[in-house]
Amino acid sequence: MEGRVHSFETMGTVDGPGIRFLVFLQGCRMKCLYCHNRDTWDQTGGKLYTPDEIIKKMMTLKHFYKASNGGITITGGEPLLQGEFVVELLKLVKKSGLTTCIDTAGNVEITDSVREAVTLTDYILFDIKSTDPKTHYNLTNSRIQMTQAFAELIKEKDVEIWLRYVLLPGYTDSEKDKISLAEYANSFKNATRIDILPYHTMGIEKWEQLGFDYQLKGVEPPSPEKVEEFKEYLRKNTKLSVY
Amino acid sequence: MTNFDKAWRGFCGTKWTNSVDVRMFINENYTPYEGDESFLAGPTTRTEKLWGNVKDLFQQERDKNGTLDIDAQTVSTITSHKPGYINEELELIVGLQTDNPLKRAIMPYGGIKVVEKSCQAYGYELSDQVKETFNKYRKTHNDGVFSAYNAEILAARKAGIITGLPDGYGRGRIIGDYRRVALYGVDFLIQDKMRQKASLDNGLISEHTIRLREELSEQINSLKMLKEMGQSYGFDISQPATNAMEAVQWLYFAYLAAIKEQNGAAMSLGRVSTFLDIYFERDIAEGTLTEESAQEVIDHFVMKLRMVRFLRTPEYNELFSGDPVWVTEAIGGMGTDGRPLVTKTSFRVLHTLYNLGAAPEPNLTILWTPRLPEPFKKYSAKVSIETSSIQYEADGLMRRYYGDDYAIACCVSGMRVGKQMQFFGARCNLAKALLYSINGGVDEVSGVQVGPEFTPISSEYLEFDEVMRKFDSFLDWIAKVYIDALNIIHYMHDKYAYESIQMALHDRDVLRTMAAGIAGLSVCADSLSAIKYAKVKPIRNEKGIAVDFEITGDYPKFGNNDDRVDEIASGLVEKFMSKLEHRKTYRGAKPTMSILTITSNVVYGKKTGSTPDGRKKGEPFAPGANPMHGRDENGAIASMASVAKLPYEYAQDGISYTFSAAPGALGKNIDERANNLVNMIDGYMSSGGHHINVNVLERETLLDAMEHPEKYPQLTIRVSGYAVNFIKLTREQQLDVINRTFHSMV
Repeated sequence: MEGRVHSFETMGTVDGPGIRFLVFLQGCRMKCLYCHNRDTWDQTGGKLYTPDEIIKKMMTLKHFYKASNGGITITGGEPLLQGEFVVELLKLVKKSGLTTCIDTAGNVEITDSVREAVTLTDYILFDIKSTDPKTHYNLTNSRIQMTQAFAELIKEKDVEIWLRYVLLPGYTDSEKDKISLAEYANSFKNATRIDILPYHTMGIEKWEQLGFDYQLKGVEPPSPEKVEEFKEYLRKNTKLSVY
Repeated sequence: MTNFDKAWRGFCGTKWTNSVDVRMFINENYTPYEGDESFLAGPTTRTEKLWGNVKDLFQQERDKNGTLDIDAQTVSTITSHKPGYINEELELIVGLQTDNPLKRAIMPYGGIKVVEKSCQAYGYELSDQVKETFNKYRKTHNDGVFSAYNAEILAARKAGIITGLPDGYGRGRIIGDYRRVALYGVDFLIQDKMRQKASLDNGLISEHTIRLREELSEQINSLKMLKEMGQSYGFDISQPATNAMEAVQWLYFAYLAAIKEQNGAAMSLGRVSTFLDIYFERDIAEGTLTEESAQEVIDHFVMKLRMVRFLRTPEYNELFSGDPVWVTEAIGGMGTDGRPLVTKTSFRVLHTLYNLGAAPEPNLTILWTPRLPEPFKKYSAKVSIETSSIQYEADGLMRRYYGDDYAIACCVSGMRVGKQMQFFGARCNLAKALLYSINGGVDEVSGVQVGPEFTPISSEYLEFDEVMRKFDSFLDWIAKVYIDALNIIHYMHDKYAYESIQMALHDRDVLRTMAAGIAGLSVCADSLSAIKYAKVKPIRNEKGIAVDFEITGDYPKFGNNDDRVDEIASGLVEKFMSKLEHRKTYRGAKPTMSILTITSNVVYGKKTGSTPDGRKKGEPFAPGANPMHGRDENGAIASMASVAKLPYEYAQDGISYTFSAAPGALGKNIDERANNLVNMIDGYMSSGGHHINVNVLERETLLDAMEHPEKYPQLTIRVSGYAVNFIKLTREQQLDVINRTFHSMV
């Protein structure tokens, strides 16, 4: 079996606990306006690898990851679009004693392999794009229902969830957003942490290199005060550790 | 009570009291500290005031083009200058190289031309008397070397295939055991040296013993001068130090004597923190010292170490940028008995980076092993992240070779303190050597036949086996020329610019290494990988010299944990070392090799034509053993793993790797970042990595510092084996630092 891989990053420190080996899988059906990996969208691109080949790459570096409770994070793109491949990869990593993590926005049909993947993994980084259906659609060109169904699935699982939320001025930073994000976050009983990620403009370059129009031009990153205000609200109104 | 009883009150052991044995003294008396940094004290008002004075001086120095003042009249010796002070009332530890702070001294024994040139460059005229003496009556090291060099060496030197040789300046890289002066006092050491000389009385008078007898006499003289220098500051250092402040002062006087006598390329301090800790602990137990005052002494000592200055030419600065002196202090490590050599004073020395702010000197080097106490590892990582002023070296690797009382000369050269020294050999340009083997020994830039006349490679595409064959025999030639040059250099340095005080603080018989080095390892490995795995077509000029290369297809690049190319790199290291090993060396020195460039990777690149890896003519090499800029595409861990594979057993003079990351790439907050850095260094060292510089900075900060240097007087950055004030680098080197792989996460 082969999967489509965009690239590897051997020093991941912000995508799950400890130091992690990041596998960026190719392909995503969302079209997030701020996407900083625009080149991962094409589902026919990337380079083909077998799970064994990836494991081989990672295992020579095992001692970098082991001591920090680190391991592998399968990200993308949307990794669960290649559910069977993810399952095979997770099975192999689990044998090695490293921790496993999937970074997903949950914009996938719930197939058997997706079910198996979220059962196997130790951690899920779950991206909440927006809690408002309309904004969600405007921001990602995808409907919120699919990700909500996925959320219901993982809430039931014995897996530790870290939530992530991009704070995008004019889209996801209103009072209403703040309140409903806290509510939604609280509905994940197995979530332990939420990361508020301030929107940044470092993705622009990639869009332009690929010859695409970047639609958020002119939108400034949120002020540090705004970010702190959001975080503070979540600290007070959820039980999660807020980063 | 004798002076010794008083000085050694409460100390355990007897073996070290009869003969010089600092290691045994430490082993029997130190108290390992496994706790965290919470005991540390901030700067005192006195420290802040004095440091304020020093910072003003630094500012004045920068305003005067980097050199505040030169004494162009007085040849520097241990006793040449009357005492100098920053602010006598405030200074707990005294002693300056000349009579005024930051005033640079002239040391013409290495070479008179360099001194003349440096004086001129800063608008000073060297005294006529000194000129006359060293041009007419007293030969220098530099003169000696050039009277013996042969045509082949001169050509190789001129072409830049071997460069940076210490043939016109002090070789440095010798570490006196400055602790001996504190523990024993100078008189004890003089007696010891006299016994050593007497021990030669009954043997054969050979060239070897004649030289040694003369050297021992020089050493004894210098010890006497050291005593005199102490006296001029009002201290009797003939006797051992009786408390912590004296121990620091005695030790510093010994080091000061060395930097008054020698303008060496690197003047390491050694491994003093844990030694000094024994005195601090005793004073604290006796109730004569508080934590605050202990820290104050260390802060004042470190201030002095930040003020060490040598007179150097602008050309020197191009090679080793930022006015470095390599006051390298090795901290931590494990004892062979399994106890960590980490003490509270290890913490105190690191803490100066907060009390006085970040700084490139002293060159703080943590001897790291995963077995060090966790709180110390974490504190080091935290200091590293917040100051970018620390380097790490693998204690596990080096302890095997040097035991547990070794220190680091310069950047990465491990050696037993007081028992071992090296003949510094700069480096040879491996990438250029590869081009020579393609071009039949003709220099690709000048078109001159520098190497032996081989048949150049004439095929349309380079063929791996053929290139390797030629490269192999070419390396034989270069190893010969290189070691020939070093033999001449060190013969002359011993003869004309002998380091008498530093060698006085060594045992009678020392182990000498002949420390060769290579630059351009990753360029060379990638070039060979391109030749092997892609198609490389040389573009030849009208004289048939390959001046550029056309590469078709992809090839594995060093820095991605890809064995196909990593093995080529390791193979090169082993191959060149085996060539050096077979050469006969001056004084029976053991050949070793380093993979270290300091900042000379820029100059080497400038002098080297386009290479088969796609690097264009004039572009910088990667520093040290680093992968080439931007070619490590799988992140820092893969990059570290490639470097860690390079075999230390064939590069025992050290393998330098510089890692730069944006803070956000290490984690979300300081706690996460410190933990991740600890695990990263653990991982690197347990995979066989030898050295790592850690920079944690935003690229934007560096760009801003280029435009507004006045805003960043203390911005420190680690470059291949040492640290510099970023704003003191040349613009070219600043750009090189910025262009290097910065690991960041989007």
